[in-house]
Amino acid sequence: MVTAPLPPDPAALLPPPEPVQVLDDSGTLHEVDGFPLDLKDEDFRNLYRYMVLARRVDKQAINLQRQGQLGVYASLLGQEAAQVGGAYALDEQDWVFPSYREMGAALVRGVDPSAILHLFRGTWLSDHDPMATHFGLLSIPIATQALHAAGYAMGAKLDGKDLVVMSYFGDGATSEGDAHEAMNFAAVYDAPCVFFVQNNQYAISVPLSKQTKAPTIAHKAVGYGMPGYRCDGNDVLASYAVARKAVDRARAGEGPCLIEAVTYRMEAHTTADDPTRYRTPEELARWKARDPIARFETFLTAEGLLDDVFRAEIDEEAKAYAARIRAELYDAPHGDPLELFEHVYVDPPASYAEQREQLRRELAANEAGA
Amino acid sequence: MAQALNTALHDAMGADDRVVVFGEDVGKLGGVFRITDKLQQRFGEKRCFDTPLAESGIVGSAIGMALYGFKPVVEMQFDGFTYPAFEQIVSHLAKMRNRSRGRVQLPVVIRIPFGGGIGAVEHHSESPEAYFTHVAGLKVVSPGIPSDGYSLLRESIASPDPVLFFEPKRRYWLKEDADLPVTTEPIGTAVVRRQGTTATLFAYGPMVRTCLEAAQAGESEGWELEVVDLRSLNPFDAETVVASVRKTGHAVVVHEAQVFSGFGAEVAAQVAERAFYSLEAPVLRVGGFDIPYPAAKLEEFHLPDVDRILDAVDRSLAF
Repeated sequence: MVTAPLPPDPAALLPPPEPVQVLDDSGTLHEVDGFPLDLKDEDFRNLYRYMVLARRVDKQAINLQRQGQLGVYASLLGQEAAQVGGAYALDEQDWVFPSYREMGAALVRGVDPSAILHLFRGTWLSDHDPMATHFGLLSIPIATQALHAAGYAMGAKLDGKDLVVMSYFGDGATSEGDAHEAMNFAAVYDAPCVFFVQNNQYAISVPLSKQTKAPTIAHKAVGYGMPGYRCDGNDVLASYAVARKAVDRARAGEGPCLIEAVTYRMEAHTTADDPTRYRTPEELARWKARDPIARFETFLTAEGLLDDVFRAEIDEEAKAYAARIRAELYDAPHGDPLELFEHVYVDPPASYAEQREQLRRELAANEAGA
Repeated sequence: MAQALNTALHDAMGADDRVVVFGEDVGKLGGVFRITDKLQQRFGEKRCFDTPLAESGIVGSAIGMALYGFKPVVEMQFDGFTYPAFEQIVSHLAKMRNRSRGRVQLPVVIRIPFGGGIGAVEHHSESPEAYFTHVAGLKVVSPGIPSDGYSLLRESIASPDPVLFFEPKRRYWLKEDADLPVTTEPIGTAVVRRQGTTATLFAYGPMVRTCLEAAQAGESEGWELEVVDLRSLNPFDAETVVASVRKTGHAVVVHEAQVFSGFGAEVAAQVAERAFYSLEAPVLRVGGFDIPYPAAKLEEFHLPDVDRILDAVDRSLAF
């Protein structure tokens, strides 16, 4: 592997002074120099569809948790634009390595949300196929997945494969050593890896100001010799445009970059959290007024891309999605306890046969007792 | 030993172009112990390369490369530098196959030169193997003789499960007449290195040699000590261990790591559970003291040696 040459001008790696915004707060489109949009009407509709579905799935998951059907759930409410816009820039062969809040990105990648929600129900640790969906297992230890993304991208580069990897993580994760090591590895090897940070302002209760003294998260990219981009993460078109540029340059062999999508987590950290202890109703109201779906609707309506028929169609689809998730998750049984020994090793130690037999006897005794 | 390990890497890379070797200083330098010598020269910078100095990064990116389809063999430069990679090893490398319900395989080998006895500066002489035998999803292997160094490393690289491969660094210079390639007993098998009837010494890695020396010295006491080389800590060959205890009735487990909560505790428990009535005495453990690894000039007082081992045998026989 060959290291990248030093960038000629470190200043060229700096993020623009203002976050890239394509749709302003009133939903009016302004093309931004250097971040062209290549979207057709169908793409606009797709982006909208994914965002609406993500929000509906999210609401369904929260409801299931309230009904005692999921142990916990981490909502993406308010982050639909960042997630959907980012993932929409990827091609089929590309990979995503998510954290645990990426339901929107999962939908774009064709991952069945029910499979992911089994993790939160506790029926199994994970139930989607990463190899088939190119969507990594949800990663709960913070920032650890960024290294898997860097490694996967290093592999693709070694193999000469046309493939880009996107890793999602949050503002809090940028404080972790693994985020640093991942960005450094990817940069050193010119790996085709896009680090997509959703800066949703809080790591549970701790605000960004207590995570970093960096001017912005995107500025950190310069230290790795890669460009940092910053966008309005509540603007799906800005999130897409920036991701498009990042993915294109990675695919062209120009190496990794860091995207900071500035957004806000409208819900609690998880269903187990009480955000009223650390943020004000006024702050929440300010961000609610910047709702990413509402803003995109204004634009689509003005463009004549969103009429009642299309709206009803998506609404039907979202309802059906939610109904299917309810049906699949509600009172869903756990699997066969004996399967606990099946997947740990390809080649398990002898003790597994003994312990499996012990559990089998315990299960039989329970059955007999019942 | 060093040459056997190096040859194993050469042969594995020659046999399978998905095998890649990376870590700190493993490229041009050939590793600080030269175990990766000439790999880069022979296979190129794509197959053997230096990484930034970051152990979590090495293991985490190895996981990503394994997902892609490579078979990474990575090096932790020294035992004491494995700790930054602990989270990636425990939370991801060991668990990902299970978490994915068998859909993902991670054929990663982490080579770790471990143990003391070479007068190294602090953090360079540790024996962290018990941390990893306590983690489901990993195999933990440690060769005690050069032919095992070759064969167990080849087998580890071929393994579809992740392997932590603990190389006894003080035995890198250990010699043995062996024609390479050589195939020894598979992972999961303990081997009786010396037959005996008086008592059994159980060891792995660097202490195999020390136990053989102790057995020889024990002859002057009229003792016929059996030495069992465990080789593979997980999977654990309880059958061979129990068979030896049935024969001798006395068991002494030896390792460099501190005794308290060390791997010897597992061996003792396995023997107690499976061969209680064959025991003439409690299983005794011989190891380093329960202290942080001492400064180089003091390590000889800390590490188990022939005398400490024979003293334990004496106590066992006197029980």
